[in-house]
Formats: sequence, C-alpha cells, structure tokens
Amino acid sequence: MCFYSKREYLIVIFDHISVVAAACSRVGQRVLHLDRRSYYAANWASFTFNGLLSWIQQQQVSETQDWCDLLEEGEELIQLSSQSSIRNLQVFTYTSKEDEVEEASADSVNTTEEEQHGPGETRCAVGSERLSQEVSRTHHSLQHMEIPAEGFCSLNISPIFQSQATITEGAEPEAEQPQSPAIPSQSEPSRKKISFAQLEKEGRRFNIDLVSKLMYSRGSLVELLIKSNVSRYAEFKKVSRILTYRNGEVEQVPCTRADVFASRQLSVVEKRKLMRFLTSCIEEKDDQSAYNGRPYLEFLRDQKLGENLQHFLLYSIAMVTEDTPTEVGLASTRNFLRCLGRYGNTPFLFPLYGLGEIPQCFCRMCAVFGGIYCLRHSLRCLLLDTATNRCKAVIDSRGQRISCSHVLLEENYVHERKNVATPPRFLSRAVLITDSSLHGSDSEQEVSMVTIPPITEGAPAVKMVELSSSTMTCMSGTYLVHLNCSSVSSAYQDLSPLITTMFSTPESHDQGRPSVLWCLYFNMEDGSAMEVEGHDLPSNVYVCSGPDGELGHEHAITQAELIFHKILPEEDFCPPAPNPEDILYDGGSAPSSGPEEEPSLQLEVEGLDSDWNTVFLFF
Amino acid sequence: MHGRVKVKSTAQQEEEKRKEREKKLKIYIAARDGCFTKRKEGVFDDEALQLTQQLLSSNPDFATLWNYRREILMHLETVKEVDEVQKIYEAELLFLESCLKVNPKSYGSWHHRSWVSARLPRPDWARELSLCDRCLSLDDRNFHCWDYRRMVVKMFNVPVDQELKFTDRLIGSNFSNYSSWHYRSTLLPLLHTTASELPPMQAESPKSNRVCEEQLLKEYELVQNAFFTDPNDQSAWFYYRWLLGRAELEEMISCLHVSREEEQVAVVFSRPVNVQSGCLLLVLDGQPHAVEWKSIHPRFKHSPVWICNLPPGTISEISNEHNLTVHWTEKHSRKDCTLFTGHAESWCQDSATDQELFRSELSVEKNSVLQSELQSVQQLQELEPLNKWCLLTLILLMRALDPLSYEKEMLAHFQTLKEVDSMRSAYYSDLCSKFMIENTILKMEYAEVRVFSVSDKNLSTLCHLDQLVLVTHINLSCNQLLCLPPQFAMLRCLEVLEADNNSIGNLEGLYHLPKLEAVILKDNKIATLADLEPLTSCPRLKRLDLRGNPVTQLANVESELAKLLPSVLDLLL
Repeated sequence: MCFYSKREYLIVIFDHISVVAAACSRVGQRVLHLDRRSYYAANWASFTFNGLLSWIQQQQVSETQDWCDLLEEGEELIQLSSQSSIRNLQVFTYTSKEDEVEEASADSVNTTEEEQHGPGETRCAVGSERLSQEVSRTHHSLQHMEIPAEGFCSLNISPIFQSQATITEGAEPEAEQPQSPAIPSQSEPSRKKISFAQLEKEGRRFNIDLVSKLMYSRGSLVELLIKSNVSRYAEFKKVSRILTYRNGEVEQVPCTRADVFASRQLSVVEKRKLMRFLTSCIEEKDDQSAYNGRPYLEFLRDQKLGENLQHFLLYSIAMVTEDTPTEVGLASTRNFLRCLGRYGNTPFLFPLYGLGEIPQCFCRMCAVFGGIYCLRHSLRCLLLDTATNRCKAVIDSRGQRISCSHVLLEENYVHERKNVATPPRFLSRAVLITDSSLHGSDSEQEVSMVTIPPITEGAPAVKMVELSSSTMTCMSGTYLVHLNCSSVSSAYQDLSPLITTMFSTPESHDQGRPSVLWCLYFNMEDGSAMEVEGHDLPSNVYVCSGPDGELGHEHAITQAELIFHKILPEEDFCPPAPNPEDILYDGGSAPSSGPEEEPSLQLEVEGLDSDWNTVFLFF
Repeated sequence: MHGRVKVKSTAQQEEEKRKEREKKLKIYIAARDGCFTKRKEGVFDDEALQLTQQLLSSNPDFATLWNYRREILMHLETVKEVDEVQKIYEAELLFLESCLKVNPKSYGSWHHRSWVSARLPRPDWARELSLCDRCLSLDDRNFHCWDYRRMVVKMFNVPVDQELKFTDRLIGSNFSNYSSWHYRSTLLPLLHTTASELPPMQAESPKSNRVCEEQLLKEYELVQNAFFTDPNDQSAWFYYRWLLGRAELEEMISCLHVSREEEQVAVVFSRPVNVQSGCLLLVLDGQPHAVEWKSIHPRFKHSPVWICNLPPGTISEISNEHNLTVHWTEKHSRKDCTLFTGHAESWCQDSATDQELFRSELSVEKNSVLQSELQSVQQLQELEPLNKWCLLTLILLMRALDPLSYEKEMLAHFQTLKEVDSMRSAYYSDLCSKFMIENTILKMEYAEVRVFSVSDKNLSTLCHLDQLVLVTHINLSCNQLLCLPPQFAMLRCLEVLEADNNSIGNLEGLYHLPKLEAVILKDNKIATLADLEPLTSCPRLKRLDLRGNPVTQLANVESELAKLLPSVLDLLL
C-alpha cells in the first residue's frame, strides 16, 4: 500500500509540468507529481549518452487495462492514453565500434561499413515516406484508444529502430560485428578519432536534451527563475557567439558594438548602417508602421542595407523568414536587442548540464515546499463525479485510487477527448556528436547559436545550437549539435541534406569539416500546435502542451502561468522563495546549530577565482 | 493559509542583522585597539601580522595598518632566511588578492601590492600581469590597476609589440576606453621609429613622435572602425586627433623688428617664453649690448613677444647702417637684420605660410593620406550629418589640407556645429574666429601687405596676435569682440585701429603702442573714462572716434577727455 493513496491531494500533476507544480507547491498546495517514466520532465528531459540509447529503445506504447471495479457510486471513468509524441527515430553511427584499429585493416573494413549502411538508409527512406500515413493513423488509433492493441508508434518506430538496432547493440560484447571505422582518417592520420566504445564509456559526460532551446536573457523563463529564486539551483553559461550559414560558409554574425567594431566582413559604411539600424529600431517609429503587413525583407531593403546586413538582420538577429511581416520581424529584432548585453555578448544563456536541468530545478522547488514525486508511476484514468462534472480522484498504474482537487496533464494523454481534431504538427530534430567546432578555434569554450536560412526553396529554416564540453553536455573533444526546424517531411529528410553539406559524414566528400561521430533523427510533436482548450474534460482537469519549436521558452512559461491562475486565481505566481535561514520551523525558533560559532571578520566574498564564464542568476 | 512556510518578518530580519553588525563592530574595535597597542610597544610578531590581516581584509582602506604591516614585514626580512621571506611575501600577495576582491579600487591594497612585488626576492611578474588582465577584464577603467600594470610591465620588460597586442585585445572588447587608446599612443612611437629608418637629424629630435606610415595606415583603419561603429564615442575621435597630430613646433626666434625712431627692438618667439637676463644676447654692429628685455605687457611673465630699448642715440642717425643680431643662447636660435641707411625700420620674419603654422595641429607627411582620411570622414558625415565629432574632425582635416579653399565649407560646418551642440556654441565661435584670423594672416602674407582686415566675420575672440607684429593697419569692424586683450600690445607697428561695431568695453591691449595714431571705436560698449585709461600710454594718438559709446553720455565728457588724452586732436563723440 502506498503511503500517499490515503490522503487527499489538492493537485495531482502528471508528467512534466514542473513550473506549475512548483508554483502551486510554493503557495501551500499539496502537490503529487507522478511520472510514468524513470526520469523527470518527459520531452524536456536530457539524457546521458547511454540513457539516450535506452530512451531510443523505450519508445513503445504501454498497455491499458479496465479499472471499472474501482468506480464508486455516481462516477465515470476517463481512460488516459499514453501515446508517445516521438516519430521517425533514426540513429546513425559514423565511428568505429571499438577503439581505433590498425591502419592496415582499415581498407577491408571500410567496404563492410558501406554495405552495412546501404540497407539501413533505404529503410530510413521508407520510414519517412510513411509520415502522412502515420498522421491519419494517429487519428484512427486515437478514436479507438480503448483497444490499443497495436499503437502506431510501435508499428512505425520498431522497423526503423530494428534496422539501426545492430548499431546500438554493436558495442555489446556478444554482438559479432566486424570492427568498422566509418571514415578512414586519411586527412589527419595523427588525430585519433573517438570510437563508439569511447562515447559509451564516457557516456555520463553527455547531457543530451530532447528539445533544442536557449534561454533569452530577458525572456520569461529567466525572469521567472530570478523572481522565484529557483535560479539558485542551477548555473548557466553564456552563449558566446551567433553564427550563420551563408554561401556555403559559416560566418560569425556581428551583433554587439564590440562585434561590429571587430568584424572583418563589414566595411566601415556597413558598420555604421548596421549600428544605426539597430539603434533606431529599438524605438517604434511611424515610418515602420507603414510597412505593417509587408515583408520584413522589403523593409530592410528600403533601409538601404546591403545584402550582408539584410542576411544578418533577417536570419540571425530577427531569426525570421523572408515573408515574415515587418511588425513581427521588428518585434523579434527588438526582443533580440533587449536581451543583448544583460549577461554577455549574445542574448542567450544555456544551463550547465543541459536544458533538462530547468524542470528539475522547479521540481526541487516543488519538493522543498512539500511536493511529492513518484517516478515510474503512471495514471490510468480519471474518476469523474457525474453530478458536478469534476474529477474526484485518479487511478494510478498500480490500481490505487488517489483523491484530488485538480489534475494537470499533458495534452496527448487526453488527445481523444478533443472536440475538434486538428492534425498534429511536428518538429524535425537531429542530435549530432561531432569532433570539432563549425567555426574557428576548438577552445571548447564556445557555445554557438547557428542560424541557417532555407538551403533550397521550400526547405525549412533550421536553428542549430553547437555546445562545447564546457557546458557539461558532452565529453571533452566532442561537440554536441542540436538541429531543430518545423517538419516539412521526416526529420531525416528535412535535416540530412544540410548535415551532409555542413559536416563531414560518409555521404559527404568534404573532409575539411567537423566529422559526425553519431547522429540521431526524430520528429517530435510541436507543442505550439497542440490545443490545450476544447477538450471534453471535467472543469478541474487542465491540459498543457509539450515543447514547442521556438528558440525561447515563452510558450511554456506563459502556459504554465495561465494554468496556475486557472487553478488558483487569487495567488501570486512563483513568489520569491525565502532564504533557508529566514524560514521559521515549528516552535518558531530556528533549528539549533550546536554551540555558537565564533564569528569571523572575513566578509562574504564572491570568489574571484571561479569561472567567470559561468553566469549566476542571483540578481 | 494551510501548509504555508512561515518566513521571518522584515523586522525580525532587521533585528538579527543589527545584532550581527553590533557583534562584528565589537570584534573589529577590539582588534584595532590591539593593533595600535602592539605598534606602540614596537611588537613585530606573527600575531600582529594576523591581527592586521583580519582588519584589513574587512577594511582595506586603513592606511595606518598597512604601514604597520610593512614595518613588521621589513623587520621579518632582517631575521628570516630568503626562502622564508619569499614565502611570507607570496602569502602577502594572496592576502592582497582577497583584499582587492573586497574593494578593487582601494589605494591601500594596490600600493601595498606594488611595495610587496618590488621587495619579493623572486618576483613572478607573469602572474602579476595575468592578475592585472583579470582585473581589467572586470573593469577596464580601473586606473589603480592600470598604474600597477605599468609598473609590472616596466619591471618585467614586456616587449612593446606584446603590449600593443594587449591594447588590441582591450580595444576589441570595448573601444570606449581612453586608457587603452592612450596606452597605444605611448607604445606606437616606441615600436615603429627605429633610428635607422629616419634621417639622423629627425631621429635626434626628441619631439618627433612620428609613427611609420605603414603602421599609421593600420591605425587609421582601426580607429575608423571605432568611429564608424559608434560616432558618438569620443575616445576614438581623440585618438584620431592624436594620430593626425604633428610634432611640436621647434622653439626658435621667428621674427626680429627694429625701429629707428623709437630705438626699440622687438623679438618674436615661436611660443611664449620667459626671457631671463642673460639668455637673450643682443649684438649691434658686432658689439654685444646689455639691454633690459621687457614682455609686451606687465601682465605677462611668459610672452611670445619681448622688447628692449636701446640706449638713446645708438641707432637714431638715419644715415647710418646697423647690423643687428639676437641670439637665444638656450635654444641655439638667432635672427639677423640690417637697418639700412635712410630706413626708419627693418625686420626679418619667418613666414607663417612656409611653416604651415595654421594646419590646425594636424599634419601628416603625405597629403594623399590626409585626402583619403577626409574622404572617409566625409562619407561618415553623409551618414551622420549631425554628428559633432565628425563635423569637427572634418573641419580640422580640411584645414590641414588647404585652409583657404575649404573656407566656405568650414564656415557651413561651424554653423551646423553650433546648432547641434548649442552648449558649446561659444567654443565653436572662438575656434572659428581663430581659423578666420589664420586665413586672414595667410591672405595678408600672400598679398605681401601690412594691412590686416577681418571685418564682419563674427569674430568672438582675437588670437595669433604675435603674427601681427608688423601690421600697421587693422580693421576689426563689425564683429562680436568684447575687448582688446593685453596681447594686442604685440602690434608694435600699429598706426590705425578700426574696431567699430563691436561690443568692446575694455582697451587693456592698447598699451604702449608707439605708432598708434587713430583709434576708431564707434558703436562699442565703452562706458567709463577709466576704460580709456590705457590710451594714455600711446604717445602718438591723435584721432579717437567714440561715437555710439555709453561714455559719451557722461557729463563733461569732452573736457574730461581733453584732460585725460591731451594729444588727441580729432575727437568724435
């Protein structure tokens, strides 16, 4: 018997909605946080390399049972599905399974490798063609969720996964795979390539996020972290530069005064024009409103900014596309500029150990104020009081009934309750482990945001983040690259052409670029396209969407605040948490800390020797 | 509400903080008194070292304690082995780092650090340099750190090119930094003027702080990047002025004038000097003469013009020819001039044109460089038509290239400057006056006349009067002059002064002008008889026009004036 099942909970939070959980817990609500997974934060999670490999294997659907015997008088049952929002998973390993073998054997092995890759890739193509088919299947299966005999995820993912399974299994001792270095290191024989075995061995050094985002330094997430004092649970690193891919080259985008001054790509006149434009567009002006509704590119052209500057301003600073309306482009540019210079020379921060740290911080905050967490523990259904149309209780995966006053869950658990079914939109994601940086030095200190305009007509604009080992997300000597765009086709089809041109893979012939050691493609449902309203659900059941495709966290934070105010309309959203020493414990006195310490004259000093690249959000 | 965390109220927190503070204060005072007692008793032990360390780490601005600490350390030096001393001082440096974290701008800590560094048996200058770098990366304008760094660089003998790269780095991270630019200006001459590249004479000249042209072009590029990126940042503009600047003028005698009738010699120097007896030697017809040199006005101890009266009868005979030489012994400069038979005066003068005196302190070896600089600044001015730094630099470049042909554009730019920077409009008026006077001097020299005429040019001030020693007629009418300053007494040959339609209320400069005959001051602001007092020192004054001045309204003005200036025959009131 579980200790929590007897109590009545004010709020049961299901899965990753950690911000709301923390906010509720902070203002005194009793929060129970259940997650069917063995890790926090669902699609917001980050994994070690080995953790990610098991995650890849786990992308399957769990079974459903009938729980009607737990119903009480006047109650109704809502079954909860737990359909995955991940599709088209594909894995490629471009490095040898074991440590580098003797040069002599490389040739013979190489042919084997190519043979290996052949069938794998053809099957990938088959997999991605199925995307449209999948979407229709999704709806079909949702309508019959009571009989989830064959969830479409298992239908779809398994074949592709199996084709790649040999690779993940390859490192296991019993697998009889030939040793196969993917790319014989002809260009740099001296440089020892990192093997798959090494990646696995150092797997704990990786913190690979499922989402690809950055924190705008004046964005709502940063403001919330500061306001709530949750920032004390994490450390952050400045994104050190903005890069862009243009005319087949990776270039640095000058976006601060110092960048513009030092830029070698811009003439002095361009420098002046850029600075003038950036200063002038901070304020809203009449001549700007004349362009409302017309493309931002047209506005930029009319400002007599040359092609260099247009590219930088459109794709890298506003991060919009050619047909984005001027008012949107300007708002985006202003947001970029507003965030610039608060912590560093770019508008972005990245949490050390990955974005997965952020939900964990809020979980911690929730727990500090009494929230209870249960991992590997799912909900099966909601119990509905038919008279009041309110959810009275939930039934967990162990068949226990838990009373509650509010329930918060992720959209795809109740997808079938939606009144108007809108087709889901997807994000195309790729995660690469590479051996060097795309631009300049391999100092392992740079964190780069790379904006990539559509490489061909109709292709999506891609946002890429290159993390060095200094962010604690990858092992030393490697770079972790996240690619993200709105899906046009499958992740592989959307992103692999770009990856083969920008990086060195067995398909590309240019050896001067960073080599891809390992690569993962998948599609994730776009949270911004999920509708959290319009579900046929009790009034005290709240729905929130998964991660969206934007670079910042505005969508998630706005949604969390909205839900919080629906649950507790009178309460403050995440007020500052008090310092531990200011908390009064039972009896009104602070816990005795033994004999009184000899106060020293040493004043508290911030360490001058600490890493100055690390930003503490203590302000 | 149920289940909420109870938090201490602000009053509770305040109370706790107050108690904490009181406790700290008690300890602090006890430690301080302990230190003072020990010092009085002449105790130099480890305990004292620790006590001062405790106090200084919370208050690094306690100079007495630093002194006591130095006394202790100096004592320890005498009783300990070198290796131990090294260790003590190394610990001292570590302690100082913690003090600098408390207050990175503490005079005491920085001073003590340089004291310790200098006494360290085996100093690690590389470490000190990196400490400075770190401090400057936190605050690139911390002048304490700049000072300390200069000392470190000197002790460590850091090569100039390495230091130049250091400024590159600082300027790259933030170019609004005078310290870095200025440091650059001290490094460049050291780096690029190797004696072999220059003709020997130039190399010897200590004032020549020229930078080789190749480097100069790089510097222009760098500084242009800065002012194109942010034209409102003045640090780059100041550095640019320095780059375009010229070496200082050589000190010499630029003009010698001798007047037979007054038996007076006037010497003009290239800059104001204080002539002490003996440093200026007058030789007349081969014979040294002991004379008394006077500056042109008692107000000046330093003056570019000095005069002396020869003993009566020395050169008064018109049929005699005289050779006159003045030696400036200090600077090895001399001027000769011959007073020919039948001539009333004679002079020898270097021309302002030849010396390019008025190229507004800008000069570069090659006009082509200036020309291309002018083009870039003009380009910037098209983008930023109202930027004052850009306009001002444009004016200076134009003057350096060709002061006369750019006159019209210069005046237009001055007009814009006064509008966009109205707080400094008086400064611009004075500067514009200066440039107009320079142009007039050039025109006068080209015309080879002794008439100086700048009427209706909005002059607000007079300058370069040392260049007008030989002028006989001056026309300053229809300007905005407020006075004739003491420098006006440099116009040794002036006969006619036209200064009508100004706002002159002060005639201080009309002082002992031996040839002055006519003074036209119609429509000015002369209010009292006392204002006219200086005119009594001009022996030849015959004509005076005071129409339209307040002084004319005084009762009995005519008789009073006749009393004051009996020599004036033609008085207009």
